[in-house]
Amino acid sequence: MNLQQHNVSDNNFEQCIKCTVCTVYCPVAAVNPDYPGPKQAGPDGERLRLKKFDFYDESLKYCINCKRCEVACPSNVRIGDIIQAARIKFSRKKPTLRDFVLANTDLVGTLSTPLAPIVNTTLGLKPVKTVLDGVMKIDHRRVFPKYAFGTFESWYKKQLSKQLSFSKQVSYFHGCYVNYNYPQLGKDLVRVMNALGVGVRLLDKEKCCGVALISNGFIKQAQKQARVNVDSIRKSVIEKNIPVIATSSTCTFTIRDEYPHLLGIENEDVRNGVELATRYIYRLLSQSEIALKFRKDKKLRVAYHTPCHMEKLGWAYYSIELLKLIPNVELVVLDSQCCGIAGTYGFKKENYQTSQRIGEALFKQIEEAQVDCVVTDCETCKWQIEMSTSKHCEHPISILAQMLDMDS
Amino acid sequence: MKQNDMTKPFDVIVIGGGATGAGTARDCARRGIRVLLIERFDISTGATGRNHGLLHSGARYAVTDQESAEECIKENMILRRIASHCVEETDGLFLSLPEDDIQYQAKFVEACLRAGIRAEVIDPKEALRLEPSANPAIIGAVRVPDGAVDPFRLTTSNVIDARNHGAEILTYHEVTELLREQDRIIGVKVLDHKTKEVKNYYANVVVNAGGIWGHNIAKLAGITVNMLPAKGALLIFGHRVNNIVLNRCRKPADADILVPGDTISLIGTTSSKVPFEEIDHMLVTPEEVDLLLREGEKLAPILAQTRILRAYAGVRPLVAADDDPSGRNVSRGIVLLDHAQRDGLQGFVTITGGKLMTYRLMAEWTTDLICKKLNITAECSTATEKLPGSREDREEVRKKIISMPLAPRNSSIARHGDLAEKLSGNTSLENSLVCECEEVSVGEVKYALNELDVNNLVDLRRRTRVGMGTCQGELCACRAAGLMSSMHKYCTRRAKEDLASFLNERWKGMAPIAWGDTLRESEYTNWIYEGVCGLGADLLRHESEKLESGN
Repeated sequence: MNLQQHNVSDNNFEQCIKCTVCTVYCPVAAVNPDYPGPKQAGPDGERLRLKKFDFYDESLKYCINCKRCEVACPSNVRIGDIIQAARIKFSRKKPTLRDFVLANTDLVGTLSTPLAPIVNTTLGLKPVKTVLDGVMKIDHRRVFPKYAFGTFESWYKKQLSKQLSFSKQVSYFHGCYVNYNYPQLGKDLVRVMNALGVGVRLLDKEKCCGVALISNGFIKQAQKQARVNVDSIRKSVIEKNIPVIATSSTCTFTIRDEYPHLLGIENEDVRNGVELATRYIYRLLSQSEIALKFRKDKKLRVAYHTPCHMEKLGWAYYSIELLKLIPNVELVVLDSQCCGIAGTYGFKKENYQTSQRIGEALFKQIEEAQVDCVVTDCETCKWQIEMSTSKHCEHPISILAQMLDMDS
Repeated sequence: MKQNDMTKPFDVIVIGGGATGAGTARDCARRGIRVLLIERFDISTGATGRNHGLLHSGARYAVTDQESAEECIKENMILRRIASHCVEETDGLFLSLPEDDIQYQAKFVEACLRAGIRAEVIDPKEALRLEPSANPAIIGAVRVPDGAVDPFRLTTSNVIDARNHGAEILTYHEVTELLREQDRIIGVKVLDHKTKEVKNYYANVVVNAGGIWGHNIAKLAGITVNMLPAKGALLIFGHRVNNIVLNRCRKPADADILVPGDTISLIGTTSSKVPFEEIDHMLVTPEEVDLLLREGEKLAPILAQTRILRAYAGVRPLVAADDDPSGRNVSRGIVLLDHAQRDGLQGFVTITGGKLMTYRLMAEWTTDLICKKLNITAECSTATEKLPGSREDREEVRKKIISMPLAPRNSSIARHGDLAEKLSGNTSLENSLVCECEEVSVGEVKYALNELDVNNLVDLRRRTRVGMGTCQGELCACRAAGLMSSMHKYCTRRAKEDLASFLNERWKGMAPIAWGDTLRESEYTNWIYEGVCGLGADLLRHESEKLESGN
């Protein structure tokens, strides 16, 4: 007799035993009473939605998709996925122009970088912010990330031949932020990898990972971009046997997990070939004779912030251990908690307050930590921390690059 | 023990608070008859609350029992109209599997049409599009007007309407004796289970609507009604697997109906004769669980991987024809016995047989007979007058309670129809949830406690679905017990006992299918109540033993 050993309902919501620990760990439920919390919005709600579609509640839009509920769940319920999938399936709210602009990081980045000085100045002007707030519902208190004058990709073209000269290679998924806003991080990565004797390539074709498209409801476009990315990754990982690394924890998480879970894009064959730069480096250093030489003339006291998707990946360990390897870096590890921005979520006027209240405890801890800067693997956490505290924020790869002794 | 003669005069006393008894009380009350309904436990505790909740189109009986089929389709159409808040118009499919004789389909369709049942042969591919959970191997499908009906809501609504028309309802009153004067039954002696008082009630006609227990009630009058208790076991799945009723297109057999009902799906039933001694404590056996799953998977293969919430069994009151003491010639049709004619005993009527689908017709026939005896000419209005809860459009109701959050609002309208307007939902406390699985708010529980004759947590479950969801009382039972205590339904000690009794009643249904996540969750529930809340093991065991002994 088949004793029903397996529950294979889509998303496994039946494994929920209502312990409610997910709701205890939900950063949104703690500050926004309009959000029913992951248990109600996820497994409980899914059961009702299977009864009738009209149980879909638009308040699910308050979910920031941080996946901290999934990390907390002792029953392996993919709570965050259930909520996002329900939004994809049932939401009748059409994305607005604002959502389009926020979601299309690729397009907006392409348009903005050639005009970076003008765009940056304009976006900082008070009247512009007032208009954006009033017309677009992008909160006027929000500080925008600056656009770079010239993309990372255009800088990289000049590096290509040097990079190909290394015998060991990685492909770098740089993401929109490195390409359009902060090419310096990409340059730091190339510097660090080269110091480890590894050349850096780019993928044949890289599109925005699509995380903002997913959260803003542009699913078809997200699928299209995901297909391009998975094809390129496949060429690198399978055909050329070159692993793919990324500096953004959210891009990495999206490619590895959201593609199959939310977009239905299969990536099983290449999923393990995509990882974070810090993990790759940590493993390289622990498995080979290669060692990095660090400067002795510079000291830093830094605090590491664990982004939500880093928590979900379970990889904060690698970034933290890597920072600990640097002799003159003193490290404080902050409590793992959400900073509140959640990608484009915190930019929206209706979410600003929730966003800042979620981050409050983290901001306070940062101010009290008496550090030179905060370190984190996520670019949107960086914007939030820089806007909401007195500290600037760096990627662990940039800290490594700064502390490398390149002369010896 | 005190013994009181109740001087208030009644024309009719109806024994049995199932759908038939409640329907008879309603019909009588609407015709101006002074009626008293007496039930030994809560309403819908017998077979009424222990069946499929299937709104039969009659198709199942079309080939074998034309008369039942015709009654079903007529009542089906009436219930859609008068009890819309208890009915889900899902339609049904009769599926032919490769192992079934496809020739049967033509015979089936022809019989349906002859009985007045819409029966439309559809392409198997179309059937799978309509109901993706159906077995993809099907070779034939017929679409019929089946549906789902919630027996708890239906009975409650009949009771409310009866009371609105002057009927009196006594639950937790057990008839211990029929009062007899020569060749006439003149009333009943009842034991009030709550106060332990014994009382006499008098009426011109006493109606035995006790379902299978009607056998014993008739015995009190020294009359034998040849009933055969037939046990039917069912399984409840954790969520709604199908949205259309799935049947097998073959001669009716075991476990060949899968019904979607509210948040869940039900597979059933088995059929086995049981002795009368067992009818108060039905337990589902491992063989029945195996059979239900094995057959159920043929209708919808996904059932093999779907979490099962509970197993339960009811007892059908099958009646053998009077001229057939062997009991072979059993009927599922309506049996109305006028004991004056049959046994020379005046003032006593038994209504039995039939099924949930025909409860209203059974009530109509019974009330017609009562009217004849009492020389009353009033016409039956139960087929045309809508039941309380079904009188207003759902959209209108929605607008009136718009302040409630969406999920409990939708759920309470589904449960109470337009009576949901009575739910107070203006404060955040009243909008907060007692039952998270079924979205039952504090306001809804308060409404049930104030207006729907709730005496304990199990009654509350029948009125609101508290504890019927996947957690089976884990989170809601203590909240509900707390509310009942704070609203002075009972004291703290009784609240604890009731909580233990409720949890044991939930466990009774889980025990036959306790594996996988259901077992895991019940262990967690046990840990919460015993380990965290300190609900003593002695109390739980004591209540469990009481349950086993059927007390």
